[in-house]
Amino acid sequence: MQTNQLLAMFSGVLLLLGLIAFFLGRAKAARVRATGTAMYAQPDQYAWFAVLATAGPAITVGAIGALLMLLLGADIPTLYLLAGSLVIAAIGLLVGMSQVKPDFHARQAIERVIRWVLVAAAMISIFTTFGILFSIVFEALRFFQMHSFWDFITGTVWNPGASFLAAAGRGDEAGSAAQFGSVPLFAGTFMITAIAMLVAIPVGLLSAIYMAEFAPRRVRTLAKPTLEVLAGIPTVVYGFFAAITVAPIIVDVAGFFGLDASFNNAVAPGLVMGIMIIPFISSLSDDVINAVPDSMRQGSLALGMTKGETIRDVVIPAALPGIISASLLAVSRALGETMIVVMAAGMRPNLTANPLEDMTTVTVRIVAALTGDLEFESAETLSAFALGLVLFTVTLSLNLVSVLMIRRFREKYRVNNL
Amino acid sequence: MSQSFDDISAQLRRRHRQSSRLKWISMGALGLAGLFLVLFFADMLNKGLPAFQQTYVEVELTYNEDATRMGRAAMEPEDAKIVSRSFERLIPGMLRDDPDLLGTTETRWVLANGEVDQYLKGNRNKLSEAERQAVDEKVESGQVALKFNTTFFTEGDSKMSERAGIMAAAVGTVMTMLVTLAIAFPIGVMTAVYLEEFAPDNRLTQIIEININNLAAIPSILFGLLGLAIFINFFGVPRSSPLVGGMTLALMTLPVIIIATRTALRSVPDSIRHAAFGVGCSRWQVVRDHVLPLAMPGIMTGSIIGLAQAMGETAPLIIVGMVAFIPDVGASFTQAATVLPAQVFTWAGEPEQAFVEKTAGGILVLLAILIFLNATAVVLRKKFERRW
Repeated sequence: MQTNQLLAMFSGVLLLLGLIAFFLGRAKAARVRATGTAMYAQPDQYAWFAVLATAGPAITVGAIGALLMLLLGADIPTLYLLAGSLVIAAIGLLVGMSQVKPDFHARQAIERVIRWVLVAAAMISIFTTFGILFSIVFEALRFFQMHSFWDFITGTVWNPGASFLAAAGRGDEAGSAAQFGSVPLFAGTFMITAIAMLVAIPVGLLSAIYMAEFAPRRVRTLAKPTLEVLAGIPTVVYGFFAAITVAPIIVDVAGFFGLDASFNNAVAPGLVMGIMIIPFISSLSDDVINAVPDSMRQGSLALGMTKGETIRDVVIPAALPGIISASLLAVSRALGETMIVVMAAGMRPNLTANPLEDMTTVTVRIVAALTGDLEFESAETLSAFALGLVLFTVTLSLNLVSVLMIRRFREKYRVNNL
Repeated sequence: MSQSFDDISAQLRRRHRQSSRLKWISMGALGLAGLFLVLFFADMLNKGLPAFQQTYVEVELTYNEDATRMGRAAMEPEDAKIVSRSFERLIPGMLRDDPDLLGTTETRWVLANGEVDQYLKGNRNKLSEAERQAVDEKVESGQVALKFNTTFFTEGDSKMSERAGIMAAAVGTVMTMLVTLAIAFPIGVMTAVYLEEFAPDNRLTQIIEININNLAAIPSILFGLLGLAIFINFFGVPRSSPLVGGMTLALMTLPVIIIATRTALRSVPDSIRHAAFGVGCSRWQVVRDHVLPLAMPGIMTGSIIGLAQAMGETAPLIIVGMVAFIPDVGASFTQAATVLPAQVFTWAGEPEQAFVEKTAGGILVLLAILIFLNATAVVLRKKFERRW
């Protein structure tokens, strides 16, 4: 029989057992109660407990068996595993039925089970983080067995070249040895991130200042959601916008000044990424500026400072930790942004300080390495995970620093809604 | 040293000027952001609206013996030049399905090929001067015209621009989102319920909380690496399928739903819980019968926003192989499929001019869906918002 049919049969039988458990349990509890004995729980609760006792252990055993098969490669025939689970379900049914007695706290038992189910759900987010970490670290280690970590970090030439031949066992045919020096990729990433920040921080921060300090209430309630629209536009759309509309404009403008710009220049993706990030900075900064206590503004105005001076010399310095924290979050977002650079930035690793040239980024190389028809074992494919590891480390540390800064701000001004 | 009043008032004027300068500059920054938004939408509409129209040709079809093998034979040679190849290929099949057609003639409107379409829309095209004149004449006589493009909404991807549509991608999006919701919604709500209503304030709870906040800030492409290494390579989930795409996106959406649900749960006043405990409810009964129903509108709003976010996501789906050429509408969760943003990405990479408008048209559809979803969330919040 096929696994699918087996699974369907298993689910059917389990469902049936569950139903039997429910009705038998309820009937028995009702009978006990009819004799006039005081019971700790309602008949339905005994019934539900019987169902849990039937299905819970059986499903757990089935899942553990399946996991063992996957993890250790243990060869348990599916038929035996499922049959075993059903036997356990039947035993569970008997145990559940035997617990239908007046002095058993069925409700509390259910409560305990539910608590464990909720804990299990909460653990999934932790498993996700570990999943990301392990999948990246594990594959990255395999990459570093092939190429030295030091060359990866300090090398200035990224040329995966013929590494796929080596994976196919034809290493000697390769003309030139593959080189995985990630410096040009990081240079490109930082260049584009820097351009994005040059757009996003001034515009975002000034918008936040206007919304928090100057704007009439009407404008404020309208402007905030409008800015949020910028954050809701899918990145693939921004990428198209950058490649089709903005890049040619940049080339024209550069040509006007007598400069030579590539159509895959770094300015177009940087600019568009900056636009995308404006709402992150403006919305967080707006919250922080609003959280600065009014007594500080009043004190400053009472000393005869103008409104502009109050903002510049009192409000912004007070809000600075929050603003820096917002900017760090924005940087981490820009570093990990993929679609805009994949569509608008170049593919050629290029170590240059000229933003009008084409250059590539870490995320572009990750996508390029994983979308080809390459063997998974090849160094180029695995290099994507090494790059991912660096990206993960950098963004994680930026996030942690950002969280610490906002916590300091919160403690200083005793604000709780940030 | 003493200053005259004139000096002081001049200084004061300067300081006030500085103050109002800050006001105007910051207002300008906000205006600039708004201007970006307007320019962006104008550009997309300008590029994408032509995609909703397509050139059709009125041709006379003679279903003769030759047409059963080669569709071209059913048309006049000069018609065949401007009709879409995709239609020619359909003719033999039509005759096979309906043998009665053989020997009859009919006049009908069929898709014109992509070059003619681009010519009619005034874009760059590869038509020769003579062909342009022929098309012009037919436009004069009303045999070639722009009509509403139904193909765009009913067909899957195609290498022939005139036949490329978003249907396959739309179905793929729906299936992927179903998987995402089916995983992320229950797990997200359960996690939030645990953290808000059950969890003791211990180390584990703090770790879970910090972890969720971090997860929300991890670059989306790393979720793609997880999907590739764990779901595809380790668990053997079929590559490119809505199943693996949905699972990957579910992990990404999880933090959004958890954070929204926690906010919603926190906004339910404690008096409700106290009253329920007071009449003897257990903790789970309090949550199930009182807190969750009251928090539901907030949870729904958060989930819709999370769903809209997942719907526009492309990077992790590229890594798990969901950027594929999918000409047929898929029917299974384990077969290769594509989604709307991935379709947009594929089209954006096509060199032909005609695909630029298809890309922008796909983007308009995607944006329309996202705006609809977000508007629904806002309406839900407005309608059910309760101040305690």
